[in-house]
Amino acid sequence: MLISCPHCGPRDVSEFTYQGDGNRVRPDHASTDIGAWNAYVYDRVNIAGEHNEIWQHSGGCRMHLSVTRNTLTHKISSSTPVQAARPTQKAARKSRTKA
Amino acid sequence: MTSTRISMGGRIDRSRVINFTFDGKRFAGHPGDTLASALLANGVSLFGRSFKYHRPRGVLSAGVDEPNALVTIVRDAVREPNLPATTVEIYDGLIAESQNRYPSLQFDVGAVNQLASRFLGAGFYYKTFMGPKIWPLKGTRFWMFCEHFIRRAAGLGTAGLEPDRSRYERMNAFCDVLVVGSGPAGLSAAKAAADQGANVIMADIDARFGGSANWSEETIDGAPASEWASAIVQQLATMPNVRLLSRTSVWGYYDSNTLAALERVSDHKTRPSFGEPRHRHWTIRAGHVVLATGAFERPMVFTGNDLPGVMLASAGQRYANEFGVLIGRRVALFTNNDTAYGAALALKRAGATIAAIIDVRKTVSDTARSAAAECYAELITGYAVQTTEGSKQLDGVRIQQFDGQRTTERERLVEADCLLVSGGWSPAIHLASQAGAHPIWNEDLQAFLPPPPTDKWVGAGAFNGTFDTATAIDEGLSAGRTASGNTKPRKTKSSVVEGYKCQPNPAPVFEIKGKGKAFVDFQHDVTADDVRLAHTEGFTSVEHLKRYTTLGMATDQGKTSNVPGMAIMAETIGKPIPEVGSTRFRPPFAPVSVGALAAERFGDLKPERLTPMHDWHIDHGATMYGAGLWYRPMIYGLKGETVEQAYVREARAVRSGVGIVDVSTLGKIAVQGPDAAEFLDRVYTNMFSTLPVNKARYGMMLREDGFVMDDGTTWRLGETEFLMTTTTANAGKVMQHLEYFLDVVWPDLKVHVTSVTDQWAGAAVAGPRSRAVLEACVSGTAVDNAALPFMGIVHGEIAGVKVMICRLSFSGELAYEVYCGANSGTHVWEALIEAGKPHGITPYGLEALGTLRIEKGHVTGAEIDGRTTAHDLHLDWLLSKKKPFIGSAMMNREGLQAEDRLQLVGIIPLDNLPINGGAHIVEELHESHPSDSIGHVTAMCYSPALGKYIALALVKAGKSRRGSRAFVSDPLRKRFGPVEIVSHHFFDPEGSRLHG
Ligand SMILES: [Zn+2]
Repeated sequence: MLISCPHCGPRDVSEFTYQGDGNRVRPDHASTDIGAWNAYVYDRVNIAGEHNEIWQHSGGCRMHLSVTRNTLTHKISSSTPVQAARPTQKAARKSRTKA
Repeated sequence: MTSTRISMGGRIDRSRVINFTFDGKRFAGHPGDTLASALLANGVSLFGRSFKYHRPRGVLSAGVDEPNALVTIVRDAVREPNLPATTVEIYDGLIAESQNRYPSLQFDVGAVNQLASRFLGAGFYYKTFMGPKIWPLKGTRFWMFCEHFIRRAAGLGTAGLEPDRSRYERMNAFCDVLVVGSGPAGLSAAKAAADQGANVIMADIDARFGGSANWSEETIDGAPASEWASAIVQQLATMPNVRLLSRTSVWGYYDSNTLAALERVSDHKTRPSFGEPRHRHWTIRAGHVVLATGAFERPMVFTGNDLPGVMLASAGQRYANEFGVLIGRRVALFTNNDTAYGAALALKRAGATIAAIIDVRKTVSDTARSAAAECYAELITGYAVQTTEGSKQLDGVRIQQFDGQRTTERERLVEADCLLVSGGWSPAIHLASQAGAHPIWNEDLQAFLPPPPTDKWVGAGAFNGTFDTATAIDEGLSAGRTASGNTKPRKTKSSVVEGYKCQPNPAPVFEIKGKGKAFVDFQHDVTADDVRLAHTEGFTSVEHLKRYTTLGMATDQGKTSNVPGMAIMAETIGKPIPEVGSTRFRPPFAPVSVGALAAERFGDLKPERLTPMHDWHIDHGATMYGAGLWYRPMIYGLKGETVEQAYVREARAVRSGVGIVDVSTLGKIAVQGPDAAEFLDRVYTNMFSTLPVNKARYGMMLREDGFVMDDGTTWRLGETEFLMTTTTANAGKVMQHLEYFLDVVWPDLKVHVTSVTDQWAGAAVAGPRSRAVLEACVSGTAVDNAALPFMGIVHGEIAGVKVMICRLSFSGELAYEVYCGANSGTHVWEALIEAGKPHGITPYGLEALGTLRIEKGHVTGAEIDGRTTAHDLHLDWLLSKKKPFIGSAMMNREGLQAEDRLQLVGIIPLDNLPINGGAHIVEELHESHPSDSIGHVTAMCYSPALGKYIALALVKAGKSRRGSRAFVSDPLRKRFGPVEIVSHHFFDPEGSRLHG
């Protein structure tokens, strides 16, 4: 499997560490909603097809990537820096600073 | 079969002789021979005994598809079993042995299995030995009785017990185009791609490039095919952008066009050349792959089709034309297609008499008819071979009229010493199938063909079902151009190929039903009746049938048996073949040596991490041991000391005087930035934002699920700068944990984390006299209680080197950790040793370190095992209630609060004998029937401070059991005895000593 690191180029999967399901939504850090935490920590959709994943280029630049991988073919259709892939958070942060 | 060497022709070098032995008997062959061709040239027809029934077996094929002629090669007392003699090249001194026979190949006791064979059908072992005992000779106990005999009788070759001393290598390669197969199609593809300037690798499983060109007898553009092929190979060999790999099986096609290949570098040599490995494993990343893997001829299924002397038609042709071996004097052919007639012509030319060509078809083409006439063969159409005649080798065949379904009376005998069979051709689509392509059934060819490419591969030649050489060359040329990115139409003319030309399409006949054993899978002794029996017993899916009968699951992976097996199954089920489905081919295409897969990935090429003071430890008598990739001193043993005596002496020195230990391996992470304190508050369970500059704090972090992840001290070096320490084992994991949260979860926090483990050398100076040692060597700062209180940090110098000193303690004694730049590590260490000499400073290792921590009840990785909570380890006091932290919500789950969880306790063996880590704690002791475990020992030592053996354990509801009795139960090591469960704080529970 080859993952294309936006920083280092296409590299073998052995340079990367799987860092979990990219679909997880972490509850607010201060949340005490045990159900929400439970869902975040344990609930996974076992997708046969396109799957959003987080990979770290641990044997390279250490960047975290948001990767779309087909679990049936291992075909990777996109890999972008994880922060760029989460525009909503950035936008939210910007609007906060403006306010 | 009376096979002999032909006086002329073939790609062997008759001017040189190679001597080898088979079953102890000496034989001679020539360079270019395989073991099979050399033995056939010597008239050998019997190569081995079959898997289950011990039937005599000869050679069926001439290549990697061989199911029968498996041999064991013995080299330097190392035995390698189950090698097809058709793929073993001979060398001087080669020692080969036949397999699965006792006492000898000619007289085999196991052959009595044939008499009992009606009981040995599909599922015999399951039915006889599994499940309930119904009558006395049945069931698992009966199996245990019979196993010894059955294991001896059934099976293939036996591996030796000698270690394999061969060297293996592995290589990574990149290319624009990988061409698999070097027949006319593959060669053309490689040439076309190379001419486009692409980087090309061409691999062929055989020693000789050229594939069918080596034995086809065709001429290509006026030259014999073999000369045409070697001319192209020579051109390719001179091109700098081409790499040629012979004796290389491309065995796996993985995602992202990564292919695995095995190169047999020196198997064909008496001794490897200097520096040569035995095998080389290739991982090839290819831009495009050209699959020119050819096709396998299929045998026909009929009674006695496994008798030595029955061979694939193309194999007979190949032995004659490539190896100069005539496989019989009087040859009969049995076919359902026209390609076999080409083999008849070849054999005729090589000097054989073609007794008859038996064709299942009532009418045959003019091509076939004239070929039969050309070799003076009796053409018997509308007939089929009913059975073979002969005991250990073929004398003749009985044939009967055949109407497409079954044979009828009108039997006659055809005398022959060799029967060449052809049941049609199966393209070698294995690699495409591995790449995910679903094969498509082709009615004309009665074979599965590859679908149009879905990935970056392109097929050419017989792989595509193209059996005409000129078209195969055309396909190769355009495949090579396509693969190298040239989409313009080709301008060169097609090659002119002359020779026997025919339609390869067979009649849809796979099996001639009759009485007696008709083999589908020769290597696993699976008969047509076994397939039908499995169906009767309810195994109707291809995958189930395959596993129940073991069809296609032998070392040849069913290269010859796959399609006939499916055809018989389809007929039994009453469905057309494509509806029955096809099985997916999986890697490896051909067997791969485990040595090549492991290659250098073990032993001395593992990286080693050495601390800056490593050489000092070695010079001062340390026994080192590996902790992950690190090497750390275990003990500094004195002459005559046992390990226990050494660590007890070292630990005692720390409690009574002063000791020094290398702590450079601790994980160290610089946490820097305006939000560093806030970040640590979120990561650690306790508060770090309140920590004053130049103070350190012990901290614990949890995982997201609320379990303890790691612990360590973190030092505040400045307002926005911290130095975090982690346990040695978890340094990498904690670093990734921090990076994940900064990068993915809280990108708005302005924090940088940097691993500085290797930048700092660290020494812990511990014991009541440790302050005196520092006072004697530290300049630039005071180290007294006022200047350097507990958990305080000072900066100073030792022997001219800047150091950072933190007063913290793992041993429970007054202690300091001294850090300096890694390249000054030994210098500072030696200065500390020098300053400590008047105080009797003792270097101590991991064993003493462990002893001191067990005495104090401090936890390490043995207790922080991923299943324990802060509560289990009595670390609740570190859980802040003022802030949320990672794991703070999840740690409060009901199950993690339960009182009967495994909790940390101390254990005192009342018989004062050692206990091993991993031993169980039980409430009642029954040595023969161990009772339920209530926990396990995590660490044990002899405590010099307490004068007895002590241990830490995780015990169910451990806290409430303090003061009660239990037992240690370690049945494997036969250690049983009474213990007392106590608090884990064995020594100085108030902690008065570290403030001393
Ligand atoms: Zn990278």
